[in-house]
Amino acid sequence: MSALDPSRKWDVLVLGGGNAALCAAITARAAGASVLVLESAPIAFRGGNSRHTRNMRTMHDGPLGPLTEAYPQEEYWQDLLKVTGGLTDERLARMTIRETERHVPWMLAHGVRFQAPLGGTLHLARTNAFFLGGGKALMNAYYAAAEALGVEVAYDTEVIDLAIDDGRFSAASVVRGGVRGEIRAKAVVAAAGGFESNLAWLREAWGPPADNFIVRGTPYNMGVVLKLLLAKGARQVSDPTQGHCVAIDARSPRYDGGIVTRVDAVSLGIVVNRNAQRFYDEGEDFWPKRYAIWGRLVAGQPDQVGYSIIDAKSMGKFMPPVFAPMKAHSIGELARALDLDAAALEATVGGFNAAVRPGTFDHTKFDDCRTQGIAPPKTHWARRIDTPPFYAWPLRPGITFTYLGVAIDEKARMRMHDGRLAENVWAAGEIMAGNILGKGYLAGIGMAIGTTFGRIAGEEAARHVRP
Amino acid sequence: MSAPEASRLAATLAEAQRVLAICNACRYCEGYCAVFPALERRLSFDEGDIHYLGSLCHNCGSCLYACQYAPPHEFQLDFPRVMAQVRAETYRKYAFPAAFGALFGRNGIVVAGAMAVSVLLAFAFLVAFAGAERFASAWSDAQGAFYAILPHGPMTAIFGIAFLAAIAALAASFARFWRDTGERPGELTGRPCAEAAHDAFTLRYLDGGGIGCTYPDAKPSYARRRFHHFTFYGFVLCFAATSVATIYHYVFGWKAPYPFVSLPVILGTLGGIGLLVGPAGLAWLRMRRDPELADTRQDGMDVAFLALLFLTGLTGLLLLAFRESAAMGALLAIHLAFVLAMFATMPYGKFVHALYRFAALARYHLERRRPVPEAAAE
Repeated sequence: MSALDPSRKWDVLVLGGGNAALCAAITARAAGASVLVLESAPIAFRGGNSRHTRNMRTMHDGPLGPLTEAYPQEEYWQDLLKVTGGLTDERLARMTIRETERHVPWMLAHGVRFQAPLGGTLHLARTNAFFLGGGKALMNAYYAAAEALGVEVAYDTEVIDLAIDDGRFSAASVVRGGVRGEIRAKAVVAAAGGFESNLAWLREAWGPPADNFIVRGTPYNMGVVLKLLLAKGARQVSDPTQGHCVAIDARSPRYDGGIVTRVDAVSLGIVVNRNAQRFYDEGEDFWPKRYAIWGRLVAGQPDQVGYSIIDAKSMGKFMPPVFAPMKAHSIGELARALDLDAAALEATVGGFNAAVRPGTFDHTKFDDCRTQGIAPPKTHWARRIDTPPFYAWPLRPGITFTYLGVAIDEKARMRMHDGRLAENVWAAGEIMAGNILGKGYLAGIGMAIGTTFGRIAGEEAARHVRP
Repeated sequence: MSAPEASRLAATLAEAQRVLAICNACRYCEGYCAVFPALERRLSFDEGDIHYLGSLCHNCGSCLYACQYAPPHEFQLDFPRVMAQVRAETYRKYAFPAAFGALFGRNGIVVAGAMAVSVLLAFAFLVAFAGAERFASAWSDAQGAFYAILPHGPMTAIFGIAFLAAIAALAASFARFWRDTGERPGELTGRPCAEAAHDAFTLRYLDGGGIGCTYPDAKPSYARRRFHHFTFYGFVLCFAATSVATIYHYVFGWKAPYPFVSLPVILGTLGGIGLLVGPAGLAWLRMRRDPELADTRQDGMDVAFLALLFLTGLTGLLLLAFRESAAMGALLAIHLAFVLAMFATMPYGKFVHALYRFAALARYHLERRRPVPEAAAE
């Protein structure tokens, strides 16, 4: 229990054990500060949602590490602007984008390895740097680097209260193995994620539909630190219904299903709701650019459920989902397997098929296969669903992470609700991602935000205690 | 195949299919080795695919530590262990003759038994052949050393037959394995074979994607690759020593024993040292190995093979050192016994991993040049 020794006063206390937390811990320790990391999860599940990540969206003006060609700041910014619909802070966003370029060598120096893009990742080879082995391998490298530097880590240790008086942090109350303790520190970095694992809080925000949400990531992001910071006067950013939410297989585990729960068949067929009605243009854009809106779309449907339906022509033309589809030899039979109204589904499919215009199907580009005369339309890749067997995957909203957070400045210092900066509190990662992501999502930007603000927070916190 | 064997095979294949389906939907490990790009080419996995992927896996362990679904996650995904279990089934299934597949069941006992029987036979044979007095006497090099007890002709006949029998059984196993991958024999041309040989000789995939494998624990290290190199090249050097000696004998008429500073003896000595250092190192690493990485049912097979290699090397070196002493007869009996046991158990012990791994690597290099099926490429 030496890490939790009450007589000890740490220079920097890091709350959380994911990517942003470890970036902060390593940076602060390298700057000479004594550092304690509090991770609420057991060692096997350490790393928060970072253990489910795979890549970091990275700006670069020429080939950089595993990244090909160039991905200039302006293009990155425009991509972000598009998905957030302007709900972002341009100064913080541009700073994050610029910083990503210097992360790659820093990550390499701390044991992270990247991989050359292969089959499943080629379309992101220019914009996203892929971690060899994914996010858990990255976290293993960071924990090894942190321990080598002398960072102390307390697992299974939950924060239950924070002593913050008028923007000044002095101590954290914690529980480990049923034993309470108090940890004092000169500075604190809050990097404990959002509240996506907290079903009660999700219900508070979303109402009863939240009961049908699946938590795609860690079960340990209960939002305890976030809630405490807001209660202690931190300024709030974003709102509790915003987050990165994708449509995933309804049969996924309640928590921690991660990447394999995705269903990539949507743009190849149609998606209907409980009433066997279509509700959105399945062919609006390429799936990697649209997967992030389908969680909210499904969340808006009755009983928060959808059904992705394709026919034999499309089977096998997308990344294989982990769950086997429902299979049937007629639309009516498929409807009965899904417990949908057979006549309604037959009418929907029939109407869709009648609306499909002739075209040349090409899933690798915006083709001219579209519908005419139905609402909603399907604007690309529309082909008749007429070749048995037919397949369907049930969909639910899968919460990846929430955007409700605390406001920060460019130095990652937390802002209080009256606009002043907290004296010795910094925030990094999901807990402040809402400063940049007001809504929507861009693949790999969570890790960009976490790494950027983690490193800055660690540097600033260390400078505060060892000027 | 007995009923319990069949049900174990079915259970192993079912578990492999479950695991491979998760891996194929995830693909985070694709940078580690050849197994993941190979599995990504497929949407489903038949038995031939599973044996192929199992032998393509080098058990480096990197994917287990990187896996977000590894135990205690509810998916309980332990890729290296499942592939190890698959290999156990591969060894059994493709043994030739097929009935000998059962020898993989309690392989540690089988190999240890082969060693013991072999030692007894060697003593009995040599004493009977040479007579107790010649057997227990010292013979100088000028008197032929070990040839004074067992002349070249009978020695060559015994070991030639044992060696050829082993080669025949291994070749039959290889052919059956290759057939079941679905590849034609004619595909096995120079290029894939050369590439597979390169990967095998360098242990390219025992490297965790470039940082060393997570064996024996989570910290990446090249220890296993190095000890395996000692073992493999030690074995190769010993084989080379015998080959050179055979050429000396038949081509040049130079008869053994050869002086200490001669090509066969230098090669054999270096090889013998490799067979001491390599297997000892591998045994030491496996004692500290993370149990999650392993299929512990194969411990007997692994340890027996390492012991056999180590003892072959050790007794060879002792025989060399004491070949002019009165202990030579006993040392010769023991060394020849281990060599004989090695030949006899080669097709029915851990040695076969080299066979199937080579086949899997060759197939991988064939396959990687073919276009990725559209379905799997998205």
